[in-house]
Order: sequence, then structure tokens, then C-alpha cells
Amino acid sequence: MPLLSILVLLPLAVGVILLLLPAHKTALIRGLALTVSIITLGIALILFFAYDTAAAGYQFIERMDWLPALGISYHMGVDGIGAAMELMAGLVVFSGVMISWKINDRPREFFAFLLFLASSVFGVFASLNLFQLFFFFELAVFPKYLMIIMWGYPKTREYGGMKLTLYLFLGSMVALVGALAVYFSSGLHTFDLLELEKAGFSIEFQKLWFPFIFIGFGVLGGLFPFHSWAPDGHVAAPTAVSMLLAGVEMKVGAFAALRAGLMLLPDGMRFWAPLIIVLATINVVYGSLIAMIQKDFKYVIGFSSVSHMGLVFIGFATLTPEGLTGAGLQMFSHGIMTALFFAVVGMVYDRAHTRDIGELGGLFKYMPLAMLGFVVSGLVSMGMPGFSGFVAEIPIYMGVWKTYPAAAIIAAVSIVVTAAYILLVVRRVFFGETPEPIKAGLADISIRDKVVVILLSSVMILIGIFPSLLVPVIQAGVRHILVLAGGA
Amino acid sequence: MPAANGDMYRALLPQIGLLVLVMVLLSVSLIKNKKLNEQLGWITAAGIGVIMLASFLWGRPGGQPLLLWGEMIRFDQAGFLFCMLFLTGAGLTALFAATDAVVHDKAEFYLLLVFSTIGLSLMAAAGNLILLYLALETASIPLYVLAGIKYRDDRSVESGIKYYLFGIVSSSVMLFGFSLLYGFSGTTRIYSIMEAAAAHKAPLAGLVLAAMLVFVGFGFKISAVPFHFWAPDVYEGAPTPVAGFLSTVSKAAGFAVLMRVLLNVFGIGKGDIWMILAAVMAAATMFVGNILAIPQKNIKRLIAYSSIAQAGYILVGVASGTEFGFGAAIYYLMAYLVTNLAVFAIIGWVEQMSGASDLKDFAELNRRAPGMALLMMVALLSLGGIPPFGGFFAKILVFGSAIQNGMIWLAVLGIINSVVGLYYYLRIMKVMYLDQYEGKAGVIKPKILWAAALAVCIIGVIVLGVLFTPWFSLATQASFGF
Repeated sequence: MPLLSILVLLPLAVGVILLLLPAHKTALIRGLALTVSIITLGIALILFFAYDTAAAGYQFIERMDWLPALGISYHMGVDGIGAAMELMAGLVVFSGVMISWKINDRPREFFAFLLFLASSVFGVFASLNLFQLFFFFELAVFPKYLMIIMWGYPKTREYGGMKLTLYLFLGSMVALVGALAVYFSSGLHTFDLLELEKAGFSIEFQKLWFPFIFIGFGVLGGLFPFHSWAPDGHVAAPTAVSMLLAGVEMKVGAFAALRAGLMLLPDGMRFWAPLIIVLATINVVYGSLIAMIQKDFKYVIGFSSVSHMGLVFIGFATLTPEGLTGAGLQMFSHGIMTALFFAVVGMVYDRAHTRDIGELGGLFKYMPLAMLGFVVSGLVSMGMPGFSGFVAEIPIYMGVWKTYPAAAIIAAVSIVVTAAYILLVVRRVFFGETPEPIKAGLADISIRDKVVVILLSSVMILIGIFPSLLVPVIQAGVRHILVLAGGA
Repeated sequence: MPAANGDMYRALLPQIGLLVLVMVLLSVSLIKNKKLNEQLGWITAAGIGVIMLASFLWGRPGGQPLLLWGEMIRFDQAGFLFCMLFLTGAGLTALFAATDAVVHDKAEFYLLLVFSTIGLSLMAAAGNLILLYLALETASIPLYVLAGIKYRDDRSVESGIKYYLFGIVSSSVMLFGFSLLYGFSGTTRIYSIMEAAAAHKAPLAGLVLAAMLVFVGFGFKISAVPFHFWAPDVYEGAPTPVAGFLSTVSKAAGFAVLMRVLLNVFGIGKGDIWMILAAVMAAATMFVGNILAIPQKNIKRLIAYSSIAQAGYILVGVASGTEFGFGAAIYYLMAYLVTNLAVFAIIGWVEQMSGASDLKDFAELNRRAPGMALLMMVALLSLGGIPPFGGFFAKILVFGSAIQNGMIWLAVLGIINSVVGLYYYLRIMKVMYLDQYEGKAGVIKPKILWAAALAVCIIGVIVLGVLFTPWFSLATQASFGF
């Protein structure tokens, strides 16, 4: 069965169908969106558990000619990292649909665009053709923009949406120039990643073009100094879109940088690694420090994403088995964690109608489960043992300790800072006295919200306690990357 | 080998067909019957459809290009493909015009449209500078009239006069360039000039001068900087279907002759001065179009600047000077033709409802007419180069051709411009999806034929963005035919 095609194309097709339905059939529209998200989650689970870690390599391959004259094919397949990413995206998309159930302004457009976005991210994670990767990557442009401006935070949505969209488009276009250079210089007349991996580009070529692709895609991964779209965009976006943007889209950027940058031009990575390490370390430390001083609940999480994505790039730049495995784990863990963070922020905002940390307090009494979710995410974010964050961060620090010990020491500062800002936020928002003005709106979260909180929390705890669920799958992908990096 | 008679007539089949259509329209227009006049739009479109079908069946060129009618006509894949593009554009324009408040029952509108199409299709097939010039004038003069056809509307008259003045000056400058070429080579045959000029040891400076003069005429047609000044004023004042036609079909014809003359008269090679000229022109055109589009409040002016910028992207493909680049430019033109026609069609529809074409007339279109807002969005995204629409693949092709030819700087300027372009396309989408509508205009239900024509455009946009293979091979074949 063409699992990957269904995973990628079903949301796209249903999204189009939704747009053709009459607007007032809200129940049908929501029902369809939910059904699709459940199916895609199911497929993602199948992919994840059926992925043969012993055989490794690319699996579930589907291939069809698209434009043979230029070596463009429809080529689907996932390696270990791809399979893990699909599962993470599946979980977040499902959660996003659940969280957005009560959207009552133009729900038809909302769910259709949400499904387009889902199709785009599923597509990138499964692309084995560089052209196809761009195709799915750019497919996200208009859903992102329209969802932010239509359902986002009224004060900043126009600015945040435009900034985010243009930043990411520029990044991807820079990467496109690099990709075209790769295409024309390989002499293979193909965009097929599996063949380009073996092209053996000269060192000079790799040095020149690596930054185009890696940093171009890195913009979407929030790489310093091109991260500033992220907090503004995440805050401006409606809850489900923040979840998808910070949870999944940022991983799309990192994943594309890995797939098209690091894996095609490993010597370029080796040459530029010191620079990437420096930038990513700034990400980690600077992001956490800025998160510390935020007054807006949502900006705290926005900057924490910037900080955590830095660890992913550090992991890439080490080019060690530990670092890469850690980066893959961090992508998974951070995706779930930040989605849950934003979900809880959204739940709080919907009831308190403010995100100013100073105006919140004592929410524990009203929404205990939301607090539980936030605390679990917080513990993951701090890298506490027993949670997925620990499993992810330890190998990254091991890898970077082996290669760039100074960076390890500097980046480790962020662990303390992260603990500080998470605990501060938990104390101020969930404990203490509840200020009068917000009391009126407070109520417990809905049953759908509870499902999301419990689902995402238990995934993070499960991975934390049984790393063997996830680690071998990621390692299967990393082995292949190391062969490419070592063989060159 | 003397060309077979059959080939000679087959080469002109579309033009002969169009001439017959002109006769038919002329006869119909003599009958003063309002009901009959209402039908002219689809009669024209149907006639063009029949001509296209006949050309596909009997008028296709063979594998080898032929020079016929005393080397006046070049019968090749490129000319044929462009001719089909023009016919498509003209047919769709006729259908869009059939609902326009002013021109819908004016027989002379359709007559001039078809006449202009004859000229345009001869431009694409010209094998001789003299025919090229005559064809260009045959195409242009009806267009001057069309731009000013709303003679009770000052802006339309202004538009027609402006277009006429700019057009006539640039085409006479071009004619001067042609005369220089004739002087240097002693021939006006496009396919012999290069050899003859070399045999006569024509000075390079003279050829450069001639090239620049000729570029003035072509640059005007494609609205490339610095010959773009007419476009916003003319598009704004002209009836909307005419603006759509000018921005797509007429522009495509300009590119057809540009590529043919560049390749065969001046010859192209890496580092040639005219290639650098074309590349600089491409960069300037992209920047001017995109930057000036940003502050526009009237959507027709905005799209006029956008279509200047689009000409810049197409010039990137032309400036690479390779077959791949020409193929990219042709693919871009195909995608751009259906996209921009759709944009102008929807603008025309909004204009009919609210009587104006300002950006604010598009406010809240998503609530007032969600389907139309969606179609407009598709077209705008295609212009912006977003998948799964035609503009995305076309942009990749033109930027790819620049990179292939080592002009990384041009590709980088191109991507910067794409981002600027996306900014104002997104802003139109913001107006449609977010802004409050302050007007009172109700929604007009579109007529069935108009809707069908729009559907053709939008399907074209999507098909060109997803199923590349047939169109890409058409474009590639044509690029080898010049």
C-alpha cells in the first residue's frame, strides 16, 4: 500500500474538498478534518513501528517519473529520522485539529489550510527528490500566511505573518539557488537525492554552496541570526498554527538542511562546522536569556524554541554519531514539547484573555491538567532525566564535548537558565493568587484539550523512560549519514 | 528543394483562418441586431477554437523548420507554439470581453482583437525583417484602438493615445535599427543577416548600436525597463480585457521575436555584449516592476507593475542564451499567460460590481465571494512562484537557466525580487481575506461562458504546475526551433 502517498496527499485532497463544501456545514468540516488527522496519525504510527531498524536505509519507497527530462521524479521514502519526524508531525497535526475544534470564524478555510500545511510537512519529511522537497516546502507558504493573518493575534498578526512568510520564503529561495547549483554541477541530470548523495562534489564546490543550502533552510530552523521571525510569528499565530510552526515547521527547516545540505555536501559541513557551532551556541544561550526576560507568556515559549533548535544544529555540526542521534531525538522531543507548550498557552489565553505573565496567577485551581502538561513540557525542556529531553540532550552534549568542548560549556549555561525561566513561569502563572480581572473567564479545559495534553505528555514520558522506542530508529538514519560524511 | 505548395498554405493556416473569421465578424456586425451582437463573444471564441483545432490537425510544422514564401515565413515549432498561445489568449479574451459592460456587444472590438492576433501570429513566424515590421504594426494598430475603445471615458482615450505615441516612437526607432542591419549586411532575411554581416565585415560598434535600437522596439512590446513607462497608465485606462490581452499575448509576441532575432541575427554566446545587455535589462526590469508595484493602490496599476516584473523573470531565461533558457522562458510565458488572464478576468468582474478597480474593492472578497477569492489567490500565488501552480516551476526553470550559464548574480537578484514580489501578492490576499469592506456593491453572479473561460485559465495554472512533462517538452521543442 502506498502509505507515504496517502499520508501526504490525503490531507491535500481533503483540504481541497473542504474548500468546496458549503461554509455552514461546520460539523461535517470538522469531522472530515479530524478523520483525516486520525488517519494520518495512524499511518505515521505504522511507518514508525514498521520501519525496519536492522535493514535501515530508505524504506516505504514509491517512485514515479514526473519530468524525466530534468530528472524530476515523485520519489517518496523515509529513513529513520524521516519516520520519526512523520510520527511527530502526525501527533502534532492531530493535536492541532483537536485544539482548534471551537474555531468559529470561517472554520472551513481554517481546517482546509491546516490540512494543506500538514500535507506540506509530511511531504518534506518523505521527499527523496530535491525538486519534490522544494515543492512540498513551498506549499506551506500560503497556508501559513493566511492562517496567521486570519485567525492570529489581532495586534501583531499582519506584521508577524508577513515577516515570517517573507523570511522563510527568502531562506528557501537561497537554498533553491544552492540546490540548482548542485543539480547543474553534478552532471547527473537528476534531482534524485539518492543519486546526488553519491555524486562526490569537489571540496571547493562544497565549501562554496554548502552555506546557501544549509543556512537557507536553517532560517526555517530558527538559526541565529535569522531567528527573529520565529518568536514574532509564533506569537502572532493562532494556537494550532503556533504548534505546527514551532513544533513541526522548524523541524522541516532543520530536516531539509540535513537532507539537502549536510547529506549532499558533507565536506562543506565539515568546513563550515565551526561557524555553525558558533551560531547555534548563540541560539541556545541567547534564546534562553531572552526567554527569561519576556513578560508575554507566549514569547517565553517562542524564544525557548529558538534556544532548543540551536541544540539541533549543534548536533548536526558535530558530525559525530552521538551528536547526530541527539539532534534527531531533539527534533522529535522538541516538536512534541513545544506543541504542548503552545497548546497550554492557547488554553490559558482563551480563558484569561491575556498572556501577560504579571496578570496571570493561580491557574492551577482552575485547570490542573493544563498545568500538568506545562510542567511535563517544562521538565522536558530542562532536560530532566525520565523525560524525552534528557534522552535527546545528553548525546548532543556528548558529541559536542568530543569535538568543541568550549561550545559544550557555554551551551550548558542554557540548562540553568531554562530551568529558571520555566520554573518562574510555572510559579507565576499556575500558583499564587488569581488576579480578580481574569477570574470571570476561568474554567477547566475541555475534554478534547485534555486528550491532547495527556497524549503529548505521555509520549514525552514514554520516550524518557523507554528511549529504546525511538533511539534505534533515529540511529538507523544516522548510520547512513555517517557513511556519507565519512566516505567523502 | 522548392517547398511544396501544401506546406506554404499549411504554414499560414491559422492566419488564413483568422482572416476568414474577420470576414464573418464583419458580416455579422453589419446586421444591426442587438441580440446577435450579444453573441459575438462566444462566436469569436468558437471561431478561434475551430482555427486551433484545424491548425493542430493540418497546420503542424514538420521536424525540419522551413523558410517559405520567399523566406518571408519561417514555419517551425517555435512559431507554431507561439501562434497557439496567442490564439488561446485571444479566445479567452473574447470570452472575458463578452461580459464587459462597454465592449461586450461591439463588433469592432472583436474584429480588432482578431486582426491584432493575425499580426501577432505573423510576428512569431516572420523570417524577414520587413515582414516582422509589418506584422508588428498590424498587431499594434488595432491594439492602440482597443486601448481607447471606451471613447466616452477619458482615461481610456488617454490610455489609447499614450499607447499609440509610445508605440509609434519605439517602433520607428526599431525600424531605424533594422535599416542599420540592412546597411551592414545588404539583406533583410533574418536567417542570412549574420553571415552577410560577417562577409561585409560589419563593425561591432555598428551592430551593437543596431541591437540597442532594435531592443527599443522589442523592449516596448515586452514592457522591459526602460521602455515600460506606458504600461501602468495604459493598463489602468484600457478596458480590462484589453489590458489582459496586452499584458499576456502581446508581451508573448514580443518575446517570440526577441528570441528569434537575438539568436539568428545577433548570435548568442556567453559573454556577448547583447547577452549582458539582456541580463542587465532583466535585472532592472525585475527591480523596477517589483518595487514600484508595492505602493500602488489601484489593482490594475499594481498588476501592470507586476507584469513588468514578470517580464524581467522571463528575460532572465532569455538572457541565459541557451536552449534551456529559451525553453524556460517559453514555459514561463505559457504559465504567465493563463495566470495573468485569470487575474485580469477577476479584476474585470470586481470592476463590474463596484465600478472601480482599487485595492479596497477587493476587501473581504473571501466573505462576499469565497470561490472567487480562492481563484484569485491561486492566480496570485502562481505569479508569486508558489507550488503547486505554474509560476513555481517556471521560476525554477528561469533561475536554473541563469545558474547553468554561470550567471549566479542574476539568479540571486531574481530570488530577491521573488521575495519582494511575494510581499505585494500576499498583501492583495490580505485585503481579500482580512480587510473590512466598506463599499455597498452586491455580488454579481458570473455568466457561464465567462466562468468557463476562467476555469480554463485556473486549470491551466494548476496543470502547468503539476504535470510538467508535456508542456516542458513542447517548450523545449519550440526552443530548438528558432
